[in-house]
Amino acid sequence: MIPGIYIHIPFCLSKCGYCDFYSTTQRERISPFIGSLLKEMAMYRGCFNRFDTLYLGGGTPSLLDSGQLTEIIDGIRKCFPLSSDTEITIEVNPGDLSRKAAESLFETGINRISIGVQSFDEHILSFLGRRHSLIDSISAVEDVRNAGFGNMGLDLIYGVPGQDLESWMNTLRKALSFRPEHLSCYQLTLEPSTPLGMKYRAGEIDTPDEDLLYEFFMKTSELLEASGYTHYEVSNFARGPEFMSRHNRKYWDHTPYLGLGPAAHSFSGNRRWWNHRCVDRYIEEVNKKMPPIEKSEILTLEQLRLEALYLSLRTKMGIDLQDFSERYSFDLLDKKNVVLGRICEEGLITILDNHIYPTRRGLAISDSLSII
Amino acid sequence: MYKSLPSSKREGFLLIMKNIRNFSIIAHIDHGKSTLADRMIQHSGVIDSRNFKNQILDNMDIERERGITIKSQAITLPFRSKDGKDYTLNLIDTPGHVDFSYEVSRSLASCEGVLLLIDAVQGVQAQTVANLYMAMEHDLEIIPVINKIDLPSADVERVMEQIDSELGLDPYTSLACSAKEGTGVEEIMEAIVQKIPPPKGDPKAELATTIFDAKYDAFRGTIIHCRVIDGTVRSGDIIRLMHKGTTHRVEEVGHFLLPRQKDNSLSAGDVGYIIAGIKTVSDVQIGDTITSDKRPCAKPLPGFKESKPVVFASIYPIASDDYEELAVALEKYKLNDASFVYQKDSSVALGQGFRCGFLGLLHLEIVQERLEREYDLSIILSVPSVRYRFTLTDGTVLYIDNPAHYPDSMSIIKSEEPYIRAAMMFPERHMGAVMKLCKEKRGENSTLSYPSPGRIELVIEMPLADVIYDFYDRLKSATQGYGSFDYDIIDYRESSLILLDILVNGERVDALSQIVFRGTARERGLRACERLKEEIPRQMFKIAIQGAIGGEIISRTTITPYRKDVTAKCYGGDITRKRKLLEKQKKGKKRMKMVGSVAIPQSAFIAILKSDNT
Repeated sequence: MIPGIYIHIPFCLSKCGYCDFYSTTQRERISPFIGSLLKEMAMYRGCFNRFDTLYLGGGTPSLLDSGQLTEIIDGIRKCFPLSSDTEITIEVNPGDLSRKAAESLFETGINRISIGVQSFDEHILSFLGRRHSLIDSISAVEDVRNAGFGNMGLDLIYGVPGQDLESWMNTLRKALSFRPEHLSCYQLTLEPSTPLGMKYRAGEIDTPDEDLLYEFFMKTSELLEASGYTHYEVSNFARGPEFMSRHNRKYWDHTPYLGLGPAAHSFSGNRRWWNHRCVDRYIEEVNKKMPPIEKSEILTLEQLRLEALYLSLRTKMGIDLQDFSERYSFDLLDKKNVVLGRICEEGLITILDNHIYPTRRGLAISDSLSII
Repeated sequence: MYKSLPSSKREGFLLIMKNIRNFSIIAHIDHGKSTLADRMIQHSGVIDSRNFKNQILDNMDIERERGITIKSQAITLPFRSKDGKDYTLNLIDTPGHVDFSYEVSRSLASCEGVLLLIDAVQGVQAQTVANLYMAMEHDLEIIPVINKIDLPSADVERVMEQIDSELGLDPYTSLACSAKEGTGVEEIMEAIVQKIPPPKGDPKAELATTIFDAKYDAFRGTIIHCRVIDGTVRSGDIIRLMHKGTTHRVEEVGHFLLPRQKDNSLSAGDVGYIIAGIKTVSDVQIGDTITSDKRPCAKPLPGFKESKPVVFASIYPIASDDYEELAVALEKYKLNDASFVYQKDSSVALGQGFRCGFLGLLHLEIVQERLEREYDLSIILSVPSVRYRFTLTDGTVLYIDNPAHYPDSMSIIKSEEPYIRAAMMFPERHMGAVMKLCKEKRGENSTLSYPSPGRIELVIEMPLADVIYDFYDRLKSATQGYGSFDYDIIDYRESSLILLDILVNGERVDALSQIVFRGTARERGLRACERLKEEIPRQMFKIAIQGAIGGEIISRTTITPYRKDVTAKCYGGDITRKRKLLEKQKKGKKRMKMVGSVAIPQSAFIAILKSDNT
């Protein structure tokens, strides 16, 4: 249960049609943002013992040059003790990488890289509003490998309007040809506030139906597991346990994490809090020597229990019933005996050695499994 | 408060019988009864307009929302006429739905006259006619009032013609008003004084008082709403409820001012209240006669009827832990609703609950809503049923209102079901659609009349079971909103009945069983399956729904499971959002009843009776 740090770098060259993470295109704010980020870190000095992951997400962290990234990482090291084997991840846009840029990243101490490839199909890329091309992705992968990264992940999206199963499987096979250590395969979610979400609501675009999405999900899992990857979370696959994202796992088992930067979320004990979703407001608050927190919530035991249920049912590790009962004072097996038996019979979960494990089909509906 | 009169004068004033007018407003639903009552209350000055809450008389949320009056209400309005004299106008507001027609008749028995309110756009409707007949039966003075004359589509001329041709009243006696805008209200109050006769009766005779309503008050017990026909009742008197046979000591009497005003006595002609240490409203029967225990009147006032439930359903708590809470809520609810009856019941599928009787389906819905709102309970109602009559081989006669108690079919020699006589009124052009609907609902012995050119009145006999749920809605759609409907229960008739069971994943759900007419059983079974398919949300596994008669499966549908519902991303910022969504879904699920491992929503139990066209 060693905590992790997330840093939100809220800058993009252009906004993608599906993305609802907070980001801005005002790149002149990068420099003041970094200044504030360093001050925000200082506010938490002494609050945590030690961290063993650092995750630079966005936005587009790869928009920052190596000097800026070094400044941030050094700032973290100055404020907080980090384990010697700390996992340091950065998300990159394939369009931003070059041989030299990849080497600089490697020199900053970053040891895990997650490339936002999304698709190896040009049509899909342009539909999603991505600024990079297929060629960019291929050369980015090569640059990352050549720079010496031994832990590379590719992010992919499926279930895009107009995408058929064949097109998706081609993207997957292409991704596999690079032997990445990690793959994230996200089903496209059309958030109402995004440009694509609005088009969807206006009836201008249509998403694949549930049966097809189920096929995407199952075929993805089957192919990747057959290729040596472990389907360890709904959307995540690793080529061996050592490549499962150490950082992301903290979100799924209530390990504390500290989120820095605009819109970043933090969690510790039974409290979750999050920063203002606006870079200017963030800078302003920090300048006033105020924690730039927008809101916080104290979770009740019941809320923690529900979170624990749905988060752990998203993972292959499932629920350790002993641990669950100790942490959340709830004997699942006893209280939900009938329905657990029923869904076990249906092949949605397996119950073994005092654990509940979701099956592949169970993972596909793990949200519902959690509200039994 | 009674602003125009100091209280010392008021008492003497109330006793002058010739200055009292007791009246009611009767109308088809939505013709503006409550709005007119509000305007009259405002005009009388008993409450100042700053504190005025619209529709004072409909003081339950449900009443205001549905625009109907559920309980009778009474209010005393002071009025100074053009003749310079002060009058007391007692307005007795009546319920506006066919489920409550007995209560209406008791209220009318307490009046000398009525305002017959007619919407200037819609004109005369079936309930207008039904209400008029009822007022005529009570020999009441009738003042037709045409309301909503402010509406651009108002057609006063046409309504006057209808008053003449369809109601047989002199259209020139009618008044016009806009209750919404308050025009014509003064004239109406003046007409009440001039046209409605003062009450008759002898304050010195033996006491005879008719009960038209009873309400429960947590501090005082039952407050009897009554009209004194003869005699005088004072606090301290011992009164006797003639049908019930109980005696009580009067603690307080008074008039329906705002708020209630205590007085020394109520005398012949008065409308007021009596508090006599009676614990619950069920200890009082609407229509009963109150007399003096010492000097009783010779016989009770006419018109008493025991109020009998006609629709039955079981109520179960959604969480079985809430059973005790439900029991307490029903007990409390019953304090104020004498026509609601209940007893313990249990279902294999739904656990412990209560079998309840209602005056009709609206009454059922009202009880359900009030239990949920006022007592914060989540409940399930089983499929509503009427009360059937079965004669068995050994001669036993059984009344069955719960399909779970359907007797062994081999032992039945005769099955009977209750029939109604329905009266409908609608424009002639909808004749075909209405007849088709009535035929589908097994209507028979119809008679047609043409009260005026282009309008039809259809009187037809139908089984109550086919009418209780969606008949009125479907009549409205068959007549594009121009049809109106009223009914009386007439008798039991022999009918071929069978039990239709519903199986969910092979398990019989007794609360979904129905007793149905054999001739339409297959169709009903199919419809029930289809309805349930619409109402039961998809779940994690396949759900098979089957209709069965005596072990034979006659219909089936399948609800396919959902296969993919998980959100793709779940990191820092998504977790709280996702949890909130799941909390909401969980809450929705809590409102469903688990039958085995299938969650069935409340709506399914009633939807099963609905047909496709609604």
